[in-house]
Amino acid sequence: MPSTPADDEAWRGNALPLLNEIRHALDRLLASGETTVIDLGALPMGPQDEAELLAALGTGEVDATINAGGPSSVRETAFHGVWLVTHRNETGETQARFIEVAFVPELLMSQREDVADSAKALSEQLREEQNIRK
Amino acid sequence: MAIDGPTIAEVLRQQGISRRGFLKFCATTASLMALPPSMVPAIAAALQHARRPSVIWLSFQECTGCTESLTRSHSPSIEGLILEQISLDYHHTLQAASGTAAEAAREAAMRENAGKYLLVVDGSIPLGNAGFSTIAGISNLDMLKETAAGAAAVIAVGTCAAYGGIPAAQPNPTGAVPVSAIIKDKPVLNVPGCPPIPVVITGVLAHFLTFGSLPELDALGRPKAFYGESIHDRCYRRPFYDQGKFAETFDDEGARKGWCLFKLGCKGPVTYNACATTKWNQGVSFPIQSGHGCIGCSEPGFWDAGPFYKALSMPIGPAKAAIGAAAVAGLAAGAAVALRNRSAKKSAQAAHQKVTIDDLEKSK
Amino acid sequence: MTALELLTWARGTGLSLALAICAFGILLRLFEIFSLGRKADLSPPRDASPGSGWRTIVSRSLPPPGLFKRSPVTYIGGYVFHIGFAITLFFFVPHIELVRGLTGLSWPGLPMQVVDISAVAAILALFAVLASRLMNPVKRFLSGFQDYLAWLLTLLPLLTGYLAFHHVVADYTLMLALHVLSVELLLVALPFTKLFHTVSVFVSRWYNGDIFGRKGVAS
Repeated sequence: MPSTPADDEAWRGNALPLLNEIRHALDRLLASGETTVIDLGALPMGPQDEAELLAALGTGEVDATINAGGPSSVRETAFHGVWLVTHRNETGETQARFIEVAFVPELLMSQREDVADSAKALSEQLREEQNIRK
Repeated sequence: MAIDGPTIAEVLRQQGISRRGFLKFCATTASLMALPPSMVPAIAAALQHARRPSVIWLSFQECTGCTESLTRSHSPSIEGLILEQISLDYHHTLQAASGTAAEAAREAAMRENAGKYLLVVDGSIPLGNAGFSTIAGISNLDMLKETAAGAAAVIAVGTCAAYGGIPAAQPNPTGAVPVSAIIKDKPVLNVPGCPPIPVVITGVLAHFLTFGSLPELDALGRPKAFYGESIHDRCYRRPFYDQGKFAETFDDEGARKGWCLFKLGCKGPVTYNACATTKWNQGVSFPIQSGHGCIGCSEPGFWDAGPFYKALSMPIGPAKAAIGAAAVAGLAAGAAVALRNRSAKKSAQAAHQKVTIDDLEKSK
Repeated sequence: MTALELLTWARGTGLSLALAICAFGILLRLFEIFSLGRKADLSPPRDASPGSGWRTIVSRSLPPPGLFKRSPVTYIGGYVFHIGFAITLFFFVPHIELVRGLTGLSWPGLPMQVVDISAVAAILALFAVLASRLMNPVKRFLSGFQDYLAWLLTLLPLLTGYLAFHHVVADYTLMLALHVLSVELLLVALPFTKLFHTVSVFVSRWYNGDIFGRKGVAS
């Protein structure tokens, strides 16, 4: 990349406002429980901005992988409640990246429809097994 | 072709994709359509009812760059997923059938999905000699009119289809015009760019697929979600413009530090597109990040809007010659006026009559 | 015609035409004025006052004693406008690029914020002097159509430039096209209205100073 800056002046420009937005989102989460999702693909990011942002957010306690239509990673940053969600497809290519400010990211939770399916599946499985034992 | 087949949500479920996977699909689709993440529930709700639309793709005076752009998005990706969800019934570059069989597929799709299919066009249409560009012996103009008649909407992909592009550049030898110059009775959506960003093409298709309608358009028929802001406004180098820090050449210190490329002819301020945020090659980079100014490929008049390497505020006409000629004319005219003034002065002096005390006394 | 096509015309044919008319007009009028000449003044000078013309060039920019207090708007407004306008015109980087495109000459520009403040100051000053022109009965009597026209033609480039820079009212492309067109209007009118003072101001000051000097009036 020919345009890599020799020094870091003004390259912080685009990461700082985002960090401020995250700060406000944390306040909202505490005050009203409202979650915030920021699409990183919709923001102007320079080559250094993203590295800067990720460095500033750091790494936290939780690191989860969701295997649904490709491995998505859900990682808590060093700031509790600030999550980095990266959606990948089956071949591991990044499709979308979000910052989610929430107590638990939506996708980590089991979905009602899936739970209903599972309840049905489990009872079916149990019935079969119990029938065999009889 | 299965307009009345299963909905997209049903297809995904049949493929064993969980609700969680479906929500992930909705989230990436929202990002793809440049919609805010808060729209995910609306997308999920819409996809419960959305069915696979039939798509007919016509290529006229074009270079296949738009199709290249679309297919270069690695598969299986979100683009791939979208393409699996639509039924691409005719695309003479991508389809296996050729000749009569290909045309038969187009006619069948038009018949079976009359009034519901989506027509995608890349390339401009020549209004000069019809022989400049034909498919299966049918002129581009006839094929466009015939196919558009039963379409729900027309999507003009690429600058050629949207605004005329390179074929319409001066002196426009084929009399090339954009789709919107011919199709007046259908919604025409423009996705300009040379080529357009792949995910912008698929994003528009995804919008139609999801909501069954076209996204909100600007005055030039472009979806606002992608073309609402200029490259300059979303450029990560914008702070340098504001600070007055500019690269003067492509290899000076400013260029190495990634300063603003305005002086090197960047057309970012007058170009409306999503390159600065969506970027290219799966979000790797875009022209300005790679050190070259924007050339304004997604704007009307692309190729006729002045040189690529002249700053936007520089004159692009024969200004110097005009000033030179005008200066000579000004001097000549000035000399003529001076001569006239001189002769007026001289004749005034000649006509001057001296008045003496005696004359005044007499007139008493 | 789209906004970009309008801008392309303004940057191309429009600008060439406007610059040509401006150059033609300036040379025509300068030639006319200088070729008129002055009648030889046969009377001996009242006072030997060498350099009176040159001193007047500077001294006319300073308020005479007492006048500053009596018409502060004229002086402050005049200063703020002219300095603000000059900074905006000569130190905004895109403007320097325009000059470089025409002449090859260039110089360092100022940060956009400085230019922004200068432009706002110049616009406010223009409105202040207009208000003073309308409210002061003497100024109002002395003002004709041409004075208001000159005011408008000066305001338009500043205003459209400001709106374009801040992306308000219309989109940037259209506003930039209107900005360039308004400048072209100013260029065309410049040689044939009182705006010609941009070229003639120091010449006429020198003349006045020199003549007054000969008549014994200190500059």
